[in-house]
Amino acid sequence: MSQKRNATVYTIGFTAAVCIVCSLVVSTTAVTLKPRQAQNALLDRQKNIIQVAGLIEPGEDPGRDDVQRLFDQFIDPVVVELATGAEVDVDPLTFDQAEAARDPARSRAAPPNAAGVTRVPLHGIVYRVMKDGAVEKMILPIEGKGLWSTLYGFLALDADARTIRGITFYQHGETPGLGGEVDNPAWKARWANRKAFDEQGEIRIEVLKKAAGPPEEDPYHVDGLSSATLTSRGVNHLVRFWLGEDGFKPYLERYNASRSQAQ
Amino acid sequence: MTRKRRSILLDPLFNNNPIALQVLGICSALAVTTKMETALVMAAALTGVVSLSNLVVSLLRNHVPTNVRIIFQLAVIASLVIVADQILKAYLYDISKQLTVFVGLIITNCIVMGRAEGFAMQNGPVDSLLDGIGNALGYDLVLVATAFFRELLGSGKLFGVTVFTNVTDGGWYYPNGLMILSPGAFFFIGLMIWALRTWKSGQVEAE
Repeated sequence: MSQKRNATVYTIGFTAAVCIVCSLVVSTTAVTLKPRQAQNALLDRQKNIIQVAGLIEPGEDPGRDDVQRLFDQFIDPVVVELATGAEVDVDPLTFDQAEAARDPARSRAAPPNAAGVTRVPLHGIVYRVMKDGAVEKMILPIEGKGLWSTLYGFLALDADARTIRGITFYQHGETPGLGGEVDNPAWKARWANRKAFDEQGEIRIEVLKKAAGPPEEDPYHVDGLSSATLTSRGVNHLVRFWLGEDGFKPYLERYNASRSQAQ
Repeated sequence: MTRKRRSILLDPLFNNNPIALQVLGICSALAVTTKMETALVMAAALTGVVSLSNLVVSLLRNHVPTNVRIIFQLAVIASLVIVADQILKAYLYDISKQLTVFVGLIITNCIVMGRAEGFAMQNGPVDSLLDGIGNALGYDLVLVATAFFRELLGSGKLFGVTVFTNVTDGGWYYPNGLMILSPGAFFFIGLMIWALRTWKSGQVEAE
């Protein structure tokens, strides 16, 4: 028996059989569960969008159907060309900005920036929150480096394209309890009603290390997270990057221009 | 259940705990124990992987060519881990997002391979299954106990529900930041090993 067990041919045959069985098990699981996983990822993104849109209370955990219903009812996504801010004819339901940023044909290398963004997609997606047929808020995807990880999130702006309505991160790997406090609802609430831009359209919003005053008196500053200087700095840079020329600023300017024309 | 089988199942809890006595699997014990939720899911994933890998390895133990046995064990364990990871991504998406790479890193958890090579290669399938479950439970016990204290002292919460209201939310509790960081788990597991060895002094190594 032991002779046969250690024969070369037997060893190769045995190993091959193990490999085939293992790969069958692994690939069957991966393929059968894939649709469900993709569904989860999409749902998670939509949940974060309706959360930052203020359609659900912070900390509330809506079910699958509620997320879908609220998203379909209130959110009107649109794909825009980042460089010009013009809307383009791309189906927003199938458009994946992260995937576009990875595709060399649909992105460009980012200019040196403090946010740690390496590639900018040519097209970006804006989730418009609609109320009675008018834009009520705009939700912009944001991402950039914190201390350990890349943070992915959304920033909600008011219909005036200046006032911040909310911020949220749906994926990051910052230290729990320190940088991970970017998820803390109390801290996220501090962003509300701050002004991202001044009247001349310059980016002014900044995360400070020291305490910021109430939004009415100190509209351009947000408190940093205590004991998370580098994460706070990262959030500062990434918010400013995506509101800047390489981010959604051209879109916001175009939006402002069309709004003042309409008036 | 015979006395022998009972001891195979229960010994790893206190008498021969994989973390406390054998000091295996420390890496993941540090990483996933900041919250009860993640610790419990990790515990369940590891229990599934160790018991099934022990079972499979034991069933095939008389057919495995000795010179490729480690590779064979690794292939079985790696496949089981990938399956566990995929299942978590499909059914417990939020938690699997928090566990990030650590489910995948079960592959490198010394407990899994240690039990496959050290026990399942020599023993029958039923005993091996029990041994796998027993050792996983020993690991789970330490993991959950550590997570309980780390979450409670580090964030003032249990299962994400506030128990001690933090000062930042207008309460009285100053969260202990050390407990959230990995060294906190080192201190805690150290204290636990100390307590266990005071109770069962036979575990103290000879000087």
